[in-house]
Parts: sequence; C-alpha cells; structure tokens
Amino acid sequence: MTAVITPPKTKSQALRSFDVADFPVLNGREEEWRFTPLRRLGVLAKASEAATSAGVGHDYDELPAGVSVSTVERTDPRIGSVLTPFDRISALAYGGAGEALLISVARHATAPPATVRIVGRGADPAYGHTFVEVGELSQSTLVLEHTGSAVLADNVEVDVADGAHLTLVTVADWAPDAIHAQHVKFRLGRDARVVHVQVALGGDLVRQYTSVEYSGRGGDCEAYGLYFAAEGQHQEHRLLVDHSVPDCRSYVNYRGALQGTGSHTVWVGDVLIRAEATGTDTYEINRNLVLTDGARADSVPNLEIETGEVAGAGHASATGRFDDEQLFYLMSRGIPDDVARKLVVRGFFHELLGKIPVEGLRERLADAVEARLSESGS
Amino acid sequence: MSTLEIRDLQVSVKLPEGELKPILAGVTLTVRAGETHAIMGPNGSGKSTLAYSLAGHPKYEVTGGSVTLDGEDVLAMSVDERARAGLFLAMQYPVEVPGVSVANFLRTAKTAIDGEAPKLRTWGNELRGAMEKLQMDPAFAQRNVNEGFSGGEKKRHEIVQMELLKPKIAILDETDSGLDIDALRIVSGGIERVREAGQTGLLLITHYTRILRYVRPDFVHVFVGGRIVEEGGRELADKLEDKGYERYLAGAGPAAV
Repeated sequence: MTAVITPPKTKSQALRSFDVADFPVLNGREEEWRFTPLRRLGVLAKASEAATSAGVGHDYDELPAGVSVSTVERTDPRIGSVLTPFDRISALAYGGAGEALLISVARHATAPPATVRIVGRGADPAYGHTFVEVGELSQSTLVLEHTGSAVLADNVEVDVADGAHLTLVTVADWAPDAIHAQHVKFRLGRDARVVHVQVALGGDLVRQYTSVEYSGRGGDCEAYGLYFAAEGQHQEHRLLVDHSVPDCRSYVNYRGALQGTGSHTVWVGDVLIRAEATGTDTYEINRNLVLTDGARADSVPNLEIETGEVAGAGHASATGRFDDEQLFYLMSRGIPDDVARKLVVRGFFHELLGKIPVEGLRERLADAVEARLSESGS
Repeated sequence: MSTLEIRDLQVSVKLPEGELKPILAGVTLTVRAGETHAIMGPNGSGKSTLAYSLAGHPKYEVTGGSVTLDGEDVLAMSVDERARAGLFLAMQYPVEVPGVSVANFLRTAKTAIDGEAPKLRTWGNELRGAMEKLQMDPAFAQRNVNEGFSGGEKKRHEIVQMELLKPKIAILDETDSGLDIDALRIVSGGIERVREAGQTGLLLITHYTRILRYVRPDFVHVFVGGRIVEEGGRELADKLEDKGYERYLAGAGPAAV
C-alpha cells in the first residue's frame, strides 16, 4: 500500500510536536532541508543516545542588576511553553537536552547589556536548551555568544512579556569545525518590542531557524541578520514570522557576504499573515554580496497573506557582486582596489551593525568582517 | 608645472555583447597646470567618454593614441594610480556608496593621495572649512556618500573633494548640469578658487556656455563626432552661445552614445 503524503498547504499547518517519533527521518529531499548538507550535520540529523548536554558549557561576566542566569530542570513548567519543535532536529534537541539555561530579566528592570557565552568543549554531539524570560515593562540588551568547537543542536525560547523591550544579539563565532543547528522562538506580549540581531561568522555549518509569534496587539519585532561565509562554510537562516494577532509589526533584514569555493548561504524568510491579523505591517529583505567565484547564495522570501486589511506587506531579495560603479568612484579618488572593496563591504554591513547597542562588540564584529576580507585577498 | 598631453586618443565603448563601438576618433589636447580649458559640444559628441576614459573607467577601451601626465604613461595606470598621479574627475552622476560616511571616504581618499594619513589635529578643520566654502552643512560629513543628496549637493560634494585632494589636472564632467543659479554660483566659486591657486589644470566639459560666465576659460575646444573640430580663446564660447552647434553638425562624424 502506498501512503499518500500531502504536504501542508500553509506554514500554519506544519506539524508541531515534542515527540521525535512524530517526525520522519530526514532524507534531504524535504522542502525545509533541501539546501542543507545533511551529511555534514551528521549525528544531529539522527536520533542519538550519545548526545548529552555535556558538550557545551556556559559562562558570563558579572551580570547587571535585574539580569540573572541559572539552570533549571527540564520539568520546569516554562520549558516548552514558547517553542514546540516543528522539525526533527529541534525535537531531538528538546528531548535530549538535560537541564536548561535560564536567563531572566526582572519585571520593570532597566538593565545595561549582559553577555552570556555558550562555549563548545569539543566534537561530542550535544543538545542544549535556553529559556530567556523577559519581565513586563523591562528594558534590556542580551548578548548570546557561541564560541569554541561543538556539534550542537539547541532550542532557545524567548518569552517577552507585555510592554518589555528586548535587544537580543546572538553571535555564532564558532571554531572552524563547529556544527550548529539552532531554533530560536520569540513570543511577544502586548506592546512588546524585540530587536534581534543574528550574527553568523564561524563554524563549518550553522543553521539557525528563527520564529516569531505574538500574543497581544502592538507587538513589534525587528529581526536583523549578518553573515559572512568563507570557503566551505554553510550558513543557513530561516525565519517564520507568524502574524496571528491584529496590529503587530515585523521587519526582517538579513545581509550576507560570501567568498571562496564552496561557501554557501541560504536565507528563507516566511511571513504568514493570518485572517485575524488585520492591521499587520511587515517587510522582509535579504541582500547578498558575492565576493568571489565558487560561492552560492540562495534567497527565498515567502509571504502568505490571508487578509487584505494590512497596513503593509512586502518583501525583497537581491544577490549580486561588487558594484563596479561604486568601486570606480572610490578608486577614482586614489583609494586602492583592496581598500575600496573593504569600504564597500563595511558599508554593506554598517547599518545592521548599528543595531547592536554594544560598542565593543560592534567594533569587534566590524574588525572580524575586515579580517575575513583580508584572508582571501578578495 | 604639470602637463597632461593627450595625443590622437581613440576610444571605444564596450557594449554588453563584447563588441566595441568607436566613440573618440583621435583627440589631441594639452592641458597645463594653471590653464582652464572648456570642451564644448552637443549631446552625444563623446565629451563624457573623453572624461571617463582619462580616469580609466572599465567600460571604455583605448584603441589608439597616448595620454601622459608629466611624461608618465597614464593609460598604463589603474584607476587609483591615475588619481594618485594627480588626475581628478568630477563626475556628472556621482555614485552613492551606502554605509560609508563622507568623513570616512574623504579621509581615506586624502590618505591615499598624500601617501599618509592627514593629521588628526588639522584634518577636522580642513574638512569643515572645505565643506563650508561650498556651503555644505558640516552634518553632511556623517551622512553616507552621496546617498539621498540632491543633484546640487552631489556636485558641491565633488568640488569639496577637488579642493581637498588638490589634483594636478581636474576634469569636470558637466558639473554645471542640473544646477540652479545659486548652486551654479557656489560650485563655480569653488572651481574659481582652484583656478586662482594656479596649481591645477582644469578641463571643463560642458554643453552650455552658462558656467563660462563664472569660470572664464583660457581655451575653448568644440567637440563634435568624437573629435575637436575647432579651437580658440574664450571668444569662441561667446560665438557658440549666439549660434549654437548647428553649423558643426552637418557632415559630422559617426553619431555617438
């Protein structure tokens, strides 16, 4: 007997489950995985009893008042309250992670930036779970940095209470051999505001799936991404912004640069505006700068609209090489070719870096981008 | 004193299919520091091709002739080397460079041209002074290069660059086009300052005689069909103002881009 498998018609019908058994084993031909080199994901794509939470640790410097970091048992009622896995790797990580890292911002707190580092300890496969709890009417900036070597699948739940303002910066600054598959899920309460900046530089394969939902009117989510793939690196960013509540806003702006043979970036941005989400205002854009031959950028924006009563809805995608006229203009002022290219790339990322409200980190990332350019001499 | 010598310059534009379309049919011209030359001609006569090929734009291919600056082979130099050798092109359509501030751009250019970074102590004042002379709000220094600038602001920004970079030879490609009379006065004032300093040879490319009321040329060259068809002093500009280009166009060379 042949089973007829009907793919979900819309993103809203996609399967969600905490049970790995509900998700078929991946074969790489699934729409969601067709760009991903599954072979390199290795054990993360299969059920593996070997994986534990031990492969990664975390540390942080002194935390500002109003921000605390702790660990909680997986049985804590908060865990799983924001994110229900919607693919096999996320479900594997959910079931396999031991205790969860809990980052809390107290109600009404106004906190200066806090940085928490997720540190890879080697090539043993690991599952992780992080819960970020952002209290009502608080204002905070959190930086989640990923460093070291790791083979990690993890879920990050971000619960942003009513009226809270959160800037969350995630930096994938892994060692060159790291493999990372991550799901980040935001839930925004009434009038909550999130600025998310997702930076991917290091690692062999980094695949980050960010999804956003709103639980009250007036939610506002800006999702920015900055990635730079060098030779052999696979960086994949997928987004799902689910507008199911009226009068919310989303703005997605991802930019990437690619250089070197086999560098591959994927950006898939899904925005869903459900029938009840009248007054939604959304825009998503992805731009890629291909610096050398042998690089490949895939970019797929999707907009699914079930109501005509929106304030705005649009998307754009552009992938190109250096603009010859820009280079000519700069060089005609005496600026050497390599310096001109650096200026253009720095300029390409400038606006997005400006969204990071931590000067030291901003400068470090700008320098890292420039160092990458020098590596290849592109 | 510097001399730019253009000898029998022949240039083609590269078409998208890789074909070459001849535009300049042998241009000979000598520009010395301190002199002001006006190149005047109708649209499509190849004036801008002359400007961009001298600066080394990759869209053009030199098919014959020579260009030297103080004896050095300009055509063998890359775009940036030409600028560092002392050539400057004020563009008709200056390019926007997103994410790069005017201040950063100008400091980088000044460093490249001078071979050393300008002194922090004096550079700020120098930049502010150059912008104020062109009546550009110093706040422009923090804006992205040419992004969101009006046509007049872009042209003033070009002249700011010319004053700061102090080229030996400056080519101004239709700097007067699209300017209202106030902006034209401001821009012309900048060109006059460079001219009076006497260190720069100016090659003013223009369709109209209007700018020549503010910047008086020493020599006027009429450009038609990719070559110079008549030369004279400033009185030639007055004649063109009265009679236009019609009398040159009958039997002119191949129509150009």
